[in-house]
Amino acid sequence: MTLTRETAINAVLFVGLLIAALIAYLLDEPFIITMATKVAIFSIAGIGLNLALGYGGLVSFGHAAFFGFGGYVAGILANHALNNTLVFSWPIEMAGTNSMLMIWPVAIFLSALVALLIGVLSLRTSGVYFIMITLAFAQMIYYFAISWPAYGGEDGLPTYIRNSFPGLNTLNPIEFFLICFVWLGVSLMLCSAIVHSRFGLALQGTRQNEQRVTSVGIDPFRVKLVAFVISGGITGLAGTLYTDLNRFVSPSVFSWQTSGEIMVFVILGGVARLFGPLAGAALFITMEFTLGGMTEHWQLWLGLLLLFVVLYTPGGLIGVLTSGRGKDV
Amino acid sequence: MTFTLLIEQILNGLQFGVMLFLMASGLTLVFGVMGLINLAHGSLYMVGAFACAAVATATGSYWLGLAASLVFAALAGVLVELAIIRKLYTRGHLDQVLATFALILVFSEGTRWLFGSFPLYLNVPEILSGAVVLPGGIQYSLFRLLIIAVGFAIAGGLLALIHKTRIGIQIRAGESDREMISALGVDINKLYTIVFALGAALAGFAGALVGSIQSVQVGMGEPVLILAFVVIVIGGIGSIKGALVGSILVGVVDTLGRFLLPILFGAFMDPSSATAVGSALASMLIYMVMAGVLFFRPTGLFGLNA
Amino acid sequence: MKKLGAFLAGLSALALIGTAQAEPVKIGMITTLSGGGAGLGIDVRDGFMLAVKNSGNSDIEVVVEDDQRKPDIAVQLADKMIQSEKVDILTGIIWSNLAMAVVPATTAQGKFYLSPNAGPSALAGKGCHKNYFNVAWQNDNLHEAAGAYANDAGFEKSFIVAPNYPAGKDALTGYKRFFKGTIANEIYTQLGQKDYAAEIAQIRASGADSVFFFLPGGMGISFMKQYAGSGVDIPLVGPAFSFDQGILQAVGEAALGVKNTSQWNKDIDNAANKAFVAGFQAEYGRLPSLYASQGYDTANLIISAMGKASVSDADAFRSALEAADFDSVRGDFKFGPNHHPVQDIYVREVIKEGDVFTNKIIAKGLSNHSDAYAVDCSM
Repeated sequence: MTLTRETAINAVLFVGLLIAALIAYLLDEPFIITMATKVAIFSIAGIGLNLALGYGGLVSFGHAAFFGFGGYVAGILANHALNNTLVFSWPIEMAGTNSMLMIWPVAIFLSALVALLIGVLSLRTSGVYFIMITLAFAQMIYYFAISWPAYGGEDGLPTYIRNSFPGLNTLNPIEFFLICFVWLGVSLMLCSAIVHSRFGLALQGTRQNEQRVTSVGIDPFRVKLVAFVISGGITGLAGTLYTDLNRFVSPSVFSWQTSGEIMVFVILGGVARLFGPLAGAALFITMEFTLGGMTEHWQLWLGLLLLFVVLYTPGGLIGVLTSGRGKDV
Repeated sequence: MTFTLLIEQILNGLQFGVMLFLMASGLTLVFGVMGLINLAHGSLYMVGAFACAAVATATGSYWLGLAASLVFAALAGVLVELAIIRKLYTRGHLDQVLATFALILVFSEGTRWLFGSFPLYLNVPEILSGAVVLPGGIQYSLFRLLIIAVGFAIAGGLLALIHKTRIGIQIRAGESDREMISALGVDINKLYTIVFALGAALAGFAGALVGSIQSVQVGMGEPVLILAFVVIVIGGIGSIKGALVGSILVGVVDTLGRFLLPILFGAFMDPSSATAVGSALASMLIYMVMAGVLFFRPTGLFGLNA
Repeated sequence: MKKLGAFLAGLSALALIGTAQAEPVKIGMITTLSGGGAGLGIDVRDGFMLAVKNSGNSDIEVVVEDDQRKPDIAVQLADKMIQSEKVDILTGIIWSNLAMAVVPATTAQGKFYLSPNAGPSALAGKGCHKNYFNVAWQNDNLHEAAGAYANDAGFEKSFIVAPNYPAGKDALTGYKRFFKGTIANEIYTQLGQKDYAAEIAQIRASGADSVFFFLPGGMGISFMKQYAGSGVDIPLVGPAFSFDQGILQAVGEAALGVKNTSQWNKDIDNAANKAFVAGFQAEYGRLPSLYASQGYDTANLIISAMGKASVSDADAFRSALEAADFDSVRGDFKFGPNHHPVQDIYVREVIKEGDVFTNKIIAKGLSNHSDAYAVDCSM
């Protein structure tokens, strides 16, 4: 029963985002399209995190590392393309590029690689220790990015224009929105496929009872690591899109606040709900910009609202809408 | 680099560590006893600093301000525990993270509403300001020496409280078996409120002491909060002894890293880039230590379970 | 005093009537109004709005938004201002890293950006743009003046400190560019660091005869309190940011007597400044800060240009801005070829007036000072 109802709500959310952007386009309100794009991008980041946090029970407080890494890949490649310089010349010559089709795979691959390194080191721990060690790695990268001068340090790295996609004018808000929206759809499908696959079942089994999974011959460490790597790759992709949205990237994408924000989106929407990140990001970003326009002290009201949500609506937004109890993690 | 300078830096590291301990002890108690991740612990630190600054300015007495920091932080702790935190004990860590994150927003913006956007004045009283000369000719700030002494006194008091008193036994019992302790007729709700208020008061006190030599402003709690988490994770969650060792370790490593790394790199680099590289590495150092500790001891130095 | 302000406002309004063609101008202000750095943004906004109010010009519309000190939010607000609000001019950003995020995107879309605070070197040299004007200073300016002052004061060996980020590196470079003595040691601290015991110990041991530090906001408050309590008595020199009206009260006695460099102070003797200081106090009940003065000048610059040209004629409006034909609270003010100020920079000393800590000018650090990057700028 709840399943069908949840499916309906999911469809409304997904299509609603598209319709909101299209209406904004017709009304010539490009800023609303930009906000819809931001929702789509942070939903993708949240979907990535949700895979680890929701389905795998791996509460990472360091996903800003992957988000930022993807962001900087886009920024650095575009910057080199702009200045016509090489990214590196050894062992092979690597030139910059401003083609999204080139940037995406590089960014996903590198973010996943970072996730692999962090995962191998972090997954030895669990619980709060895992939360804090992932935070520690993100903080290391954050401080490195601030003080490393080659790509702007704390000032960040402007790319001036968006990277290009064949056949589209990416600087046009609605066309860039559609790119992000398609990626959102792809991420949702990918996540759904993973969750329902043999691997996904093993992952959720690992979360619930590691010993039982081990007894049927599955190595829980390996399952968790793979999930963490996929999660990092998806979040890294969101980071590249965010650089393109802003035509700019700065170390603040690595800050613990970014990790916290992505996490809040996921929890707000509903942990281990496929469309939870979308619901959470949509609500949070809408509140941020409407409250921000109304009062200087909007963060106070946002805080009270979040408190209300967490105290009285277990299971997050999707949980409330389907009036089902949230999955405990 | 002289020997006295090195000693002075070690003292600085100790003092920094002791301050971290006041934050971390409350955090680790609350986590150990109630199983609660409290991101808003830094807000209680800020409440203490603001209470101290406001009362000290209004009354002209620093000591009243210090007392106020304890009282107001504890009060804020009790209020928050009764109204919100209490509902979170049975929830997962994620709900706790979200709720206490929301509390940070409420506390920060509420404080800004009450006190305005400009930093507040709070300074060390005349009698404690200035430097004293230690044996060996080291000049050292009197107030910082006092912080070290007070910090170790509180650490001793806390350890005695946990290991020697009735409430300490209850707290330890609460850490290992929650059902058992309520079955024994201990009012678990009251115990939780007391522990939370104690942690809040310690954080508020730390805020007031640190505010006296640093700045009293909105948002002062979050950087310290992150460091306090690093500390309790290194020490092992729930362990006061671990929090003490972790604090001193983080304090000394961070201070000496900032001091020694640029010198080290200066040996084979030009001065400008040596300081830049050295200080960049220094700011990452404690996180490297933490990652290293957790790699070899996944539950921290004194932790039992995750 | 309020009357004087109103009188002057009336005068300037009168002057406008002569030449202005009523062409409404919409200004977008993106500044920091929430969180820890809000004091600076509030001052810029208040100074700006005071000038707008005094002008009595009803053709100015100002939209204000809070960037939360986050670069990504600032860029998105800039998009909103340009695309949805259709503003003609953007202004308001406090921090260099936010300016780096917003300014290139704004000027690329053909809008004007007038900076009331941040002046990163990247936007003053090769990255300069015809539609970008800085009304405050290039980031290095105040530090350069500090270096020049250190020479005048006879200092020979300086210990220099700044946070490890681009503006911090610019600060030390700026100081060294003008300081002729030797550097005892240079230290980069962690951004946001609040405990300086380790650095102060090194200062004590260094044998320097002067300390230059650039530690804005809470970092500076902490540094000065700890420095005063440490018993070290080597004289301090710094840029105005750590001695601003907004934070000076929080530092208190510890700042007394410290020399700092600024392009503005409330005791600069000219009619515009007197009217500004009195008007600001009457309107907001506090002394104006450096940031408020910059916001005020920025608004008056825009108002002066509106009197000469229509904003829809970008070339004419740009020329009107370049002329900088307004009464700056700093006295003489003109733009260099890279649209950054050419101005006097003063040395101030922190004093106590009654219960209030404030600054008084004691010397001129640099006269008609431009910046080191103008030569790289070609528009």
